[in-house]
Amino acid sequence: MPIHWEYAHAPESTDHVQYEKQYGLFIDGAFTHYDPSKSFDSLNPATRELLYQCTQADEKDVDAAVKAARKAYEEHWGSGKGSTRGKYLYRIARMLQERAREFAVLESLDGGKPIRESRDIDIPLAAAYFFYYAGWADKLAYAFPAKKVTPLGVCGQIIPWNFPLLMLAWKIAPALACGNTVVLKPAETTSLTALKFCELLQDIGLPNGVVNLITGPGQTGEYLVNHDGIDKIAFTGSTGVGKKIQQSIAGRNIKSTLELGGKGAYIIFEDASLNEAVEGIVNAIFFNQGHVCCAGSRLLVQEGVADRVIELLKQRMATLIVGDPLDKNTDVGAINSQNQLNTIQRYVDIGLEEGAECFQCEGNIPSSGFYFRPTLLTKVSQSSTVVQEEIFGPVLTVQTFRTTQEAIDKANNTPYGLANGIWTDKGSKIFHVGSQLRSGVVWSNTYNKFDPTSPFGGYKESGKGREGGVQGLAPYVHLESNVEAEI
Amino acid sequence: MILDRIPIDAIGVQERVDRICSRSIKKESKLQALDLALRMMDLTTLEGSDSAGKVRQLCNKAMHPYTELPNIPSVAAVCVYPNRVKLAKEILKDSEINVASVATAFPSGMSSLEIKLDDVRYAVEEGADEIDMVISRGAFLSGDYALVYDEIAQIKEACAHAHLKVILETGELGSLEHVRMASDLAMEAGADFIKTSTGKIQPAATMPVVLVMLQAIRDFHHKTGKTIGMKPAGGIRTSKQAIQYLVMVKEILGERWLTPDLFRFGASSLANDVLMQWVKEKTGRYQSLNYFSND
Repeated sequence: MPIHWEYAHAPESTDHVQYEKQYGLFIDGAFTHYDPSKSFDSLNPATRELLYQCTQADEKDVDAAVKAARKAYEEHWGSGKGSTRGKYLYRIARMLQERAREFAVLESLDGGKPIRESRDIDIPLAAAYFFYYAGWADKLAYAFPAKKVTPLGVCGQIIPWNFPLLMLAWKIAPALACGNTVVLKPAETTSLTALKFCELLQDIGLPNGVVNLITGPGQTGEYLVNHDGIDKIAFTGSTGVGKKIQQSIAGRNIKSTLELGGKGAYIIFEDASLNEAVEGIVNAIFFNQGHVCCAGSRLLVQEGVADRVIELLKQRMATLIVGDPLDKNTDVGAINSQNQLNTIQRYVDIGLEEGAECFQCEGNIPSSGFYFRPTLLTKVSQSSTVVQEEIFGPVLTVQTFRTTQEAIDKANNTPYGLANGIWTDKGSKIFHVGSQLRSGVVWSNTYNKFDPTSPFGGYKESGKGREGGVQGLAPYVHLESNVEAEI
Repeated sequence: MILDRIPIDAIGVQERVDRICSRSIKKESKLQALDLALRMMDLTTLEGSDSAGKVRQLCNKAMHPYTELPNIPSVAAVCVYPNRVKLAKEILKDSEINVASVATAFPSGMSSLEIKLDDVRYAVEEGADEIDMVISRGAFLSGDYALVYDEIAQIKEACAHAHLKVILETGELGSLEHVRMASDLAMEAGADFIKTSTGKIQPAATMPVVLVMLQAIRDFHHKTGKTIGMKPAGGIRTSKQAIQYLVMVKEILGERWLTPDLFRFGASSLANDVLMQWVKEKTGRYQSLNYFSND
């Protein structure tokens, strides 16, 4: 007699985490007082409840932060020994590992992602990036053979809400390794792990002013971008804002790297391992609720296996658990904010208006917070809005193709160029197709795999510059020809 | 005979396995799983040294695994060599526990088809409810799928009313793609259950192999409507592993397969670990192996 077997709730405990209800900014090694006159709320997206409040950094605050960063850079950090910088970066990495559990819980509380992901992916990867760049801090001469390497100065860094601590690591680690100091603005809805990170910096004794944190909405970011005292701006976020930043820095002597949006193609050929390709889809578009710039959000499946793939995918989707981010069995957590939830719903509505068919996971989802069911949109085509524009949610569009060339053409037919994925059992096809895809990242028989040694970045409107690997150092240094070496 | 070659990406399979293993099964759901695991167990003794006394001991364990608490469920079956079937059947006659017999020149399968068929008939005459056969791996690996198919089909006939489990000996097949091919072939030829291993070589049951076999069963059901059972055997020693397999069955095949009629664990030492966990969940107190009989 078969039974009904449901997994009981397996909540991660929150007893051990500590955070303040109100935060100021972090400037020159110290937290400023929380200022109720310029306060903004941060909610727990799983419950809509107030989690904590932050202070909005205004123009004066941004100025103080940049000045503190400049002072630290001039007085010691920019000219000091690489091994000293490496030492601090190693300390950060170790401390992140020691406090991993607390950071993971806070990341899930603040942003809505499942604890399984923050515990197994976000936090360990963040520590890994610090370890990796700690190793480069005293070896920059070997990163760029025959070049004289000098830091840029003060770096303004603006990060998004989809991987708060991880994006912080991607920004701060290489910047510090190269001898720069930093003023960083976390996303408005996810400041918590960044603030806790500053407590960690105090605990490990990082010199004052090397890292400064200014919390706030888009306006705070504008103050930072427009400040005269920065030498570089590094931004990860939407293509729209990226373009505005480009405009703001035009004509000024400021280096920039931009990691922007994407609309990755997930290509399944008829000779692919279909079961594993379907599992890869879960990783490509439902991981982190689809809030991933490099998400594989456009499924391109060869027509002969399309029905089978969709069938397998629907079966797999039926086993996805959408729920409380702190439940260890949750596969798909909460959408980060009301705004984003509205955006996703709007796109699905547009899709339906334009003739798409919609399939969504069934079963219970909580009503207490911002939740959206994993969704498939079929009967769409290359010109559909939902295929052209980035939705940034757990929504996969489905198109078929007939020949390899058609797949390549469709994959490339987008203003974006961040990532694509190829699924085939034939090695030669991987090389052939991969070499023709115009994206910074091409994954083969896998998706959304990251490693600090591997450079990440986009073509076209997905941005410029690379993060990760030795290539990730280049945006943070001046390179001059080393004349002596050339003789 | 031409078999469809399904490409299988081993790294992708491991990813699915890792995801399944990250499930956290606690409280009521853990107790349900432990109960199910016990009811799905085939207690096994397959040694050259199996005397009447050894078999009696195993059957007693099957009937009374732990007497300190009431309502401990009974195992599914006892699995022995053909010449111990009659005794096992006699001892277990008042219980619901089945007697499964290995046959077909177990474990190697290296004999003539006639002898293997006689082996099966003998076990069935002695009273076996289930027959666990082995496929001819040498023939399979040399591409003689027709021979492997014919043997299974004829052995199925010789089983008469007894259920047939086909042991693929996955540890010898060399790749997940071969495991898939052998699974499909066995089901086409009439298997009621497909089983991973004889337990006599390493590796025995592993999670990637079981995943591939469950997918084969799922696709066969989709194609023919038939529900075939699955039995991982060998190498499953802890409740944690058993529960992970149950998660895998649920997520690949669905709750319909969560029954001893369609899923079995071939294990001997697993029983005590499951009992220990079961008692701990019921009483709140951690147990020691010393409180459980070592048969």
